[in-house]
Amino acid sequence: MYTEKVLEHFRNPRNVGRIEDADGVGKVGNPVCGDVMVMYLKIRDDRIEDAKFETFGCGAAIATSSMATELIKGKTVEEALRVTNRAVAEALGGLPPHKMHCSVLAEEAIRAAIEDYQAKRQRK
Amino acid sequence: MEKARSVIARSIGARDEEIVFTSGGTESNNLAIRGVAQALRKKGNHLVTSSIEHHAVLNVFRALEKEGFVVTYLPVDREGLVHPEDLRKALRPETILVSIMHANNETGVIEPIEELSRVVREHGAVFHTDAVQTVGKIPIQVDALGVDLLSASAHKFYGPKGVGFLYVRKGTRLAPQILGGHHERSRRAGTENVPGIVGMAKALEIAQDEMGEEAGRVGTLRDWLEEELQARVPDIVIVSRGAPRLYNTSLVLVEYVEGESLLLNLDFEGICVSSGSACTSSSLEPSHVLLACGYPHALAHGSIRFSLGKWTTKEEISRVVAVFPGIVEKLRAISPFGKVR
Ligand SMILES: Cc1ncc(COP(=O)(O)O)c(C=O)c1O
Ligand code: FES
Repeated sequence: MYTEKVLEHFRNPRNVGRIEDADGVGKVGNPVCGDVMVMYLKIRDDRIEDAKFETFGCGAAIATSSMATELIKGKTVEEALRVTNRAVAEALGGLPPHKMHCSVLAEEAIRAAIEDYQAKRQRK
Repeated sequence: MEKARSVIARSIGARDEEIVFTSGGTESNNLAIRGVAQALRKKGNHLVTSSIEHHAVLNVFRALEKEGFVVTYLPVDREGLVHPEDLRKALRPETILVSIMHANNETGVIEPIEELSRVVREHGAVFHTDAVQTVGKIPIQVDALGVDLLSASAHKFYGPKGVGFLYVRKGTRLAPQILGGHHERSRRAGTENVPGIVGMAKALEIAQDEMGEEAGRVGTLRDWLEEELQARVPDIVIVSRGAPRLYNTSLVLVEYVEGESLLLNLDFEGICVSSGSACTSSSLEPSHVLLACGYPHALAHGSIRFSLGKWTTKEEISRVVAVFPGIVEKLRAISPFGKVR
């Protein structure tokens, strides 16, 4: 039911782990299934230098986490905010319909991590 | 076909005319539950079942609720057992039917049907059991169990798919659910699936012959699997290990990881298991059975069911034991949970 690309990212997820001194951390839960994703961002001059994730979730959730970090690395904050769940799913060659909600988790995690970064910066 | 009926009847201690052929477990459950509810509607509108039934039972009761019946869903304890005391308290003068499964399809737990049916008999209601998981695996005698109706499905004992039967105790009133001719003593219209029925009887005969041996062999493998997993993988729960269980089922909960990701990894290794309730693997809800047992949502999400069978070998189990710890470790490294910060 999953594409080769999904399975490949699921088997060898990129950018797994934490960034201890992250500039932005976003933790989101999927209300539909209870799965959880945490995104860590290292940002310099408004550009995403590094991104890592931790995910408790299904195969699609792990693959989309991995792909999402790949997609946003090197992008400006502005550009990263425009990465949608559809874009992540498409980059993976598509997801089965009942697994599309899993990719929403990735989009929300990016957004939450960037919001955290912006909030922290304003406080400084 | 009548020879097949005799074989099946004899194997569960029933009379030939008490066996109704159906298209499988789902139809048997529908016929039993709807059939009794409709036939006895004038006597009362209260029905009792448990919260861990298969969807082929639960969804029938939900539909009956919409038609004006009142249904009590009995709780289970942590091991997944229904308590006769809870059943006794749930019964009302207007209770007409109680349906409680023989063994659960996710945990393998065997319910105390003899005790439960006694409570129902004293009260005078009809008792049905979904024995889809047990027929052909453990000895069944309808009189000892004390049931009025019993559902079975051929493919669960290596028979053909799409055929099953319902045992209906003589004198039990039942409204047919498929209307037409007078087949199956007017309880189920339509020309019978003769090849399926003959295959089912043969499969049951073989299952009966091999039962003792299989129980020993498969049970030993299952117990060994569980011992090894428990010893090699920290933070796992083997569900209902202390309860009476079918010898072929092992349901394992793995903390901090999710079931589908475990299943995919095992699949990469050529090991086929189920996650959550098999029939609903595309649904996102964690198993209603585990939630009813009181397991938290997240833990219920990380469930893996090993179903061992006639063709499961010691080598296959060794393979599971060898790869499982590494898979869990890998997934836990990705998970945000269960780490010391
Ligand atoms: C406990 C139980 N009841 C009913 C059924 C449905 O049986 P069938 O597939 O023959 O309709 C199943 C099958 O998975 C089952 O495990
Ligand atoms: S099912 Fe939960 S994220 Fe996919």
